[in-house]
Order: sequence, then C-alpha cells, then structure tokens
Amino acid sequence: MKSSDYLMKREERVLFALRALYQSYGYTQYKMGKFEEYDLYVRNKDFLVSDGVITFTDTDGRLMALKPDVTLSIIKNTRDADSIVQKVYYSENVYRISGSTRQFKEILQTGLECIGDVDLYSLCEVIALAAESLDAIDGENVLELSHMGVVSALVGQLDLDPDVHEQVLHCIGEKNADGVPKLCPDGDIGGVLALVNAHGAPGSVISALRPFCTQGLAKAALDELETVSAILAQQGHAGIQLDFSIVNDMNYYNGIVFRGYIRGIPAGVLSGGQYDKLMQRMGRDARAVGFAIYMDLLERLGGEVRPYDVDTVLLYDDGADVPRLAQTVRRLAQAGRSVTAQKAVPEKLKYRQLLKFSEGGLEILESHD
Amino acid sequence: MINVALPKGRLGEKVYGMFAAAGYECPSILENNRKLIFENADAGVRYFWVKPSDVAIYVERGAADIGMAGKDILLEYAPDVYELLDLNVGRCRMAVAAKRDFRDDTEKTLRVATKFTIIARRYYAGLGRDIDIIHLNGSIELAPILGLSDVIVDIVETGKTLLENNLEPLETIVPISARLIANKASFKFNSDAIEAIARGLKGQVKDYD
Repeated sequence: MKSSDYLMKREERVLFALRALYQSYGYTQYKMGKFEEYDLYVRNKDFLVSDGVITFTDTDGRLMALKPDVTLSIIKNTRDADSIVQKVYYSENVYRISGSTRQFKEILQTGLECIGDVDLYSLCEVIALAAESLDAIDGENVLELSHMGVVSALVGQLDLDPDVHEQVLHCIGEKNADGVPKLCPDGDIGGVLALVNAHGAPGSVISALRPFCTQGLAKAALDELETVSAILAQQGHAGIQLDFSIVNDMNYYNGIVFRGYIRGIPAGVLSGGQYDKLMQRMGRDARAVGFAIYMDLLERLGGEVRPYDVDTVLLYDDGADVPRLAQTVRRLAQAGRSVTAQKAVPEKLKYRQLLKFSEGGLEILESHD
Repeated sequence: MINVALPKGRLGEKVYGMFAAAGYECPSILENNRKLIFENADAGVRYFWVKPSDVAIYVERGAADIGMAGKDILLEYAPDVYELLDLNVGRCRMAVAAKRDFRDDTEKTLRVATKFTIIARRYYAGLGRDIDIIHLNGSIELAPILGLSDVIVDIVETGKTLLENNLEPLETIVPISARLIANKASFKFNSDAIEAIARGLKGQVKDYD
C-alpha cells in the first residue's frame, strides 16, 4: 500500500478510482458552484429526491438555493449539438432532507451524465461504467436494470384511474404481489404480477415477461432491455440482474433505469437511468442518461479499523527544553513515524509506543511493536 | 443467516408460530428468559423481538433482513422496504370514529385526534376537508369524550373499546393486516433464502375472505 493510500479513507480512495475511471472514458469533470436559482428546482420539484431545499436571498434580491441536486444544473448548462454526446462527471456536495430525521444533510454525490445524441452505444457505456463503479467500491455488488417502457406499457394496458395506476406502480416498487389483485379485482393482471415476481438473471426474467410483451411499446422496450443485457454480458458484466421494482418517476424517466447495491450497505448506493422526459420538460431537444453514487453511504461498509491512531506519544513536562523538544518531534516525524507531543496521554488514544522526553534523552515507557 | 425482527406481543408470537410451522422453528424463543436474540443455525434464521412500531426501522436500516410490520406502520412511516407478503393476521382497520351523537359541522375546521397523523392528513386531504390534527401517543378514545377533538382516526379491531366509551366507527380508511417486509439491499444478496421463507409463510397464510 502506498503511503498516500494509507492516509486516505475508503471514500477518498474510491473517489480517486472513480475519477480515474471516468476520465479514462473521456468524461470531463464538471465543477459547479454551490448555489443555483431556486426557480430551477420549483419547476422540476418532483424530480428531486427530497422535498426540502435550503434557500436564501442573494444580494440582488434573487431567491437562491443550496444545490439539492446536480443533474438539473448540468442540463441547464449544456448545449444541444447534432451527433455529439457531452460526457461529464462530477463530485459535489448536495443538501437534502434526510428521510427519517427530517433534518438537512450534506451529502457527497459523485456520478456522470451523458447528454446529447444518446444511442445504444452511449447507453451501454454508461451502464457498464455504473457496473465498474460498483466494482471499484466493493467486489460484492449487484447492479439491477429495469425498463420504464415495459412497466408503463404493462400497467397502461389495464387502463386504470390515475390514482389506482399510481398505487399499482407503488405495489410494483415494493414487490407487493398481494396488493395488485386488491387494486384491480377485475383486470387482467398477469403482466403486472410477472413484473412484481420476476427478478434475477436477464435470461429467465425476459422469458417470464415475453408472453406479456408481444407487441407495441412493451415488446420494443423488452427487446431493448434484452439487447442491452446481452451487450453488457458480452463485456464481462455477468453480475447484472433485472428487477422491475425500480420505479422512478415516469414524468422524468423513460427507458432503462438502474440501481446498484453493495453487500453490507442497507440501501442502494447507485441510482441512475435515462431521463429524456426531463430534457423535454426543460425544453431540450436531446436525450440523456446518467447516474449518481451516494458516497456518504460508503461509511457503512466499515471493516477498515486502523490499529493505531498515532505511532508515538511523546510525553514532556512543563520545564522541558522547548528547542530540543521541537527538534526531537521533528526528527521522529521525518523518520516516517507519526508523533503527538503531549503532557499526558489523551484518553482512549491508540498508540504504538509511549516515549518520555527528559533532559537525559528519550525513555521508552511502553511499546506495542 | 437471515435476521428476523418480530414485534413483541401476541401478534408477534402468532407470526413466530407461522415461521415455526414453515420449518423455521427456534424453540428457545418461547422460553421465559432474558435473552434478546434467538438463533437456529440449521434453519439459517435468527430472531429478535422489538417494539412493533420499530420493526420497519430495523428492516429499513438493515439491522434485520426481514420483519413483520402492520400495514398501519407501513402507511404512516413509508419505510423504503419490500412488502413481500400479506400474512393475513392481526386483521383490523384504520377508521374514523366519533361520539354517537356526533354530527359533522362542515362550517368548522374538524379536529382530529390520532397517533397516525400522516394517514389522517392524507385521508382528509383526499376529501378536501380542513382539519386540525392533534397528535396523541395513546388513549386516543379519550379525546372526543373530553372535547379535545371532534373525531379520532385509530385502529379498530372489534369496536368493543369504542362501544364501551359511547363511541362508534364512522368510516373505514383502509383495512390493516400484518405484512412480511424485507430490506431491499438484503433481498439482493439473500434472495433465495428470503424467498424460501416467504414461500413457506405463504403456505401458512389462512384465507379469511
């Protein structure tokens, strides 16, 4: 392990690896300011993961917000160009209300966006990078794909009232197979139940859905999902699974959506998908796909406990010869041993050795080497 | 090993009975002792009892892989979990109740006492009724009797408590029963084991309809 690796926490190492990964595929870093006009978020309120935004009034009277989201700012600041795909990655703090506590939280989010003439290649590239990002965090991971087109076509066939439609989507999101027949007692719900129950390896899931997706949008969407899964499998991303419980807001997302999990972290760490509809809503004539990784969740991985906080604790008295003390500390630090000079041992500090500085020289009081 | 959070109390014991009948028994759990965690290594399950309203928190945060929670808790707190099975036990309903002589005066804001403020707010928002929510933690039935509220929104099982206090149920908001819930990330990494448990429990679900 390089000394810089030793100094870095897991999140920092992962961040480094991800930057290298994204840059190697030609993504450029997109650096943003911390603030954005509040108006941008009001217009796309439902796109935000949490509903609260920290606002303040700028010196010229405009209502500003601390960024709760990165994607909207990136879309706003990119331009449409034929046959070009703009590829950017970012690593930014966002400010959101955290679920249960209802308190604002600063969350480090990293991710990438691919905006413009997004075709099958770009789509596969982004999903492959999502899979590789998970690998960079931990080998034991799962990347799941869903297709909003399949979900919307199969639920759409039932021709439900808008609120029941919403509740059926909710049931799919929570794998609640018992809830669907209660909501549509007379409907032909075979396709929706297949969406709830089928998950796992692409081959078996697509076979299970195929009888319900024989024509129109449903077939086209399932075909696309099959093609993308096959291309990713060919590239060696064997761990990719299909699961339709990823139900993102259909007003913004379309096409393929995906979510990534790491063993040991109780929630999804990666979330992404195609959001052409958001682009349309923002008056843009371009397609887009991207994903975000919630870096704060990586803390939950644990397992990296440093045996010592510091190599050496150097104890000295009030009357110590300060120039000589300073020189001793400097010598120890330069020899590659971290050192803290103290008059007493700080409570619960873990150290390799305890030295006593006195006129006679250094005396070893304890050594754990 | 699958960690299972069970709600303390009669309902939790009933659900444990379903687990046991499905082949996931752990006899030490019924012994009267101070142990907190009970394990059956052969069956691959580990049980612990928690306060019923906390089950969803244990599961959502991954301390338990699966658990059993009432639909009332799931609707109120909306935890980000999978709801794999309706266990069809602990059946009751979330209802609006009031004193027998209650007449809704639509000229006034309706005062609603409840433990389930989100469910109540959502229900009355759907009706477009202006309400004043009074959040209470227990003895909800007292509120209309003492004039603290006009109506209550609470769980009604047999309606006996309401009757004894000269109250009556007015509307059913939603039927409630116990559900098997699972942590989403745990489900990805243990789907075979969790689905086997869900299948086993499904075989124990009694159909009341």
